[in-house]
Amino acid sequence: MSLDAAIKVDLGTFHVDVELRVERGEMLAILGPNGAGKTTVLRALAGLVPIKRGRITVDGLVVDDPAAGTFVPVERRPIGVVFQDYLLFAHLSATENVAFGLRARGMPRGEARQRAGQWLERIGLATHAGHRPGTLSGGQSQRVALARALATDPRLLLLDEPLAALDVGTRAEVRRDLRRHLASFDGMRVMVTHDPVDAYALADRIAILDDGRIVQSGTIAEVTAHPRSRYVADLVGTNLVMGRVDGGVLTTTSGASVVIADAPAGESFAVIRPQAISLHRTNDAAGSARNVWSGVVVDIDRLGERARVRLDGVLPLTAEVTVAALEALAVRPGDEVCAAVKATDILVYPV
Amino acid sequence: MLHRSLIAPHRSAPARSKDAAMTAAARPRLPAPVLALAVTAIAFFTLPFLGLLWRMPWSTLFDVLGEPGVRTALWLSIRCSLLATALSLVLGVPLAWLLARVGFPGRNLVRALCTLSMVLPPVVGGVALFFSLGRRGLFGQYLDRWFGFTLPFTTWAVVVAQTFVAMPFLVLTVEAALRQLDERYEDAARTLGASRWYAFRRVTLPSIRAGLIAGSVLAWARALGEFGATITFAGNFPGTTQTMPLATYLALESNPEEALILSLVLIVVSFGVLVGLRDRWLGSSRVATGTG
Repeated sequence: MSLDAAIKVDLGTFHVDVELRVERGEMLAILGPNGAGKTTVLRALAGLVPIKRGRITVDGLVVDDPAAGTFVPVERRPIGVVFQDYLLFAHLSATENVAFGLRARGMPRGEARQRAGQWLERIGLATHAGHRPGTLSGGQSQRVALARALATDPRLLLLDEPLAALDVGTRAEVRRDLRRHLASFDGMRVMVTHDPVDAYALADRIAILDDGRIVQSGTIAEVTAHPRSRYVADLVGTNLVMGRVDGGVLTTTSGASVVIADAPAGESFAVIRPQAISLHRTNDAAGSARNVWSGVVVDIDRLGERARVRLDGVLPLTAEVTVAALEALAVRPGDEVCAAVKATDILVYPV
Repeated sequence: MLHRSLIAPHRSAPARSKDAAMTAAARPRLPAPVLALAVTAIAFFTLPFLGLLWRMPWSTLFDVLGEPGVRTALWLSIRCSLLATALSLVLGVPLAWLLARVGFPGRNLVRALCTLSMVLPPVVGGVALFFSLGRRGLFGQYLDRWFGFTLPFTTWAVVVAQTFVAMPFLVLTVEAALRQLDERYEDAARTLGASRWYAFRRVTLPSIRAGLIAGSVLAWARALGEFGATITFAGNFPGTTQTMPLATYLALESNPEEALILSLVLIVVSFGVLVGLRDRWLGSSRVATGTG
């Protein structure tokens, strides 16, 4: 029960060459900037773009294998897609949108509408059953799009930038809803996004795509701790801390306190960029920084003129400093150092 | 990367409506020469109708309208123009789809050929139809020989002539609507299990409804007013091929009063349809967005 895909697609001079494996119940996030080929990978999985070489197998069913001459057309693949901008059909009500896939597969109208109604109830939009997409908010549209994709009972769910169309205010809330609704789906899931936060919040594993190729993949913790290139480090190499905010302080489950500028109380993520962390030999040297944690240097990765220093302690962190600064400090693995961060350099958002 | 996505600027809805209000308040005044020319244009379109109404024999209006000859011509015009519109839809929508969606070599040439009759003098179209579909025509001779069917000078010839000149209006309008429609909606339908045909019927056609209606109205109006191709290819036989424009033209020689009244009927019908549909379907926001 898995998705196995080797995808090779040529789009003019742009080549996509990607291998993926997603287990049942797992969410893979394909992370990369615009133009990296993320959407092409998704379209190939969906069958909207035939692959040139390679093979795609969903739950043991070969859906695309050019060498064997196998190509299962889009409408017969066991997939559901949540598109960027959702692409709800404007001339149909929310119910009719969700029922569309069932109707297309020949289910009688009454039964399809009844099932769609159950879906709308599950996503909390029963009162919006007759509404046209034009009258729904971004978050509501996304839920309808998700219900529409899941209503046909797919084995593989594909999500194309599911949160990109939302404004900042609703994003965190919709992200949380999305995670909750996705939890009830037990198939394979692949999401593409350019935003590491979405990947952190929703995915089990990430694959970093650059210029049509996967440059690194693994669990989020692995990739964050050991980015293998400058590119990956910039994209994901950040410290994500989860905890409870109360009175301007975020407290982690391990008991570390993080002083933050201002954020509403409740379960939250704090993002501390490795570049924002300065390292010092003693507590006194940290200056005006509100946060000073001591930790033991676990290892040091050099990436050109910069070095990533991984610290273990009550708050495990990755700091990024210049090689010159590192040499001035003269730290080696096993040494104890202090890590300092200004409260205003920490980005906090609700879970 | 993190920061960018969290502080990306988004314009809120109230900000947008405020912009609209400001635009209305600061509406630029037209330069005087432009205004003068625009008013001249309006006069140019209005004066002929005023002239026509001025000479209208109002007292005999209903007597003339009650004449069987006039009623026959009007009924024939309506039937033929509606049939031509239906035929334009059945053939023109697939053609528009082909032109909009399928990139084949010579597409521009095909489009030019299929819309040639829009710019051609209609008489030339009638002549072309006559020599291709007439009894001795390139294809018409087989219609005659194999099926014993002669097209020219029948009511069907009227429909064919009207379709020939009217369909391009529908094709171009629908093609534009299809080009505006985001093809990913059809992709979305197919990922939900819809065949191409199901997606076309249930997603594509409803999404371009405004374009379909606008194109149909334009084609119908063109068919209703068709004169040159009809008289060349179908002749002028009362009851079978004499449509309103033909009857009007002929009446002008024998009975100018009747010509005026027939013209009035055509004006009222056309104007009524344009006004009735314009607000709802033509030039409204529905056309612009394509998807509502």
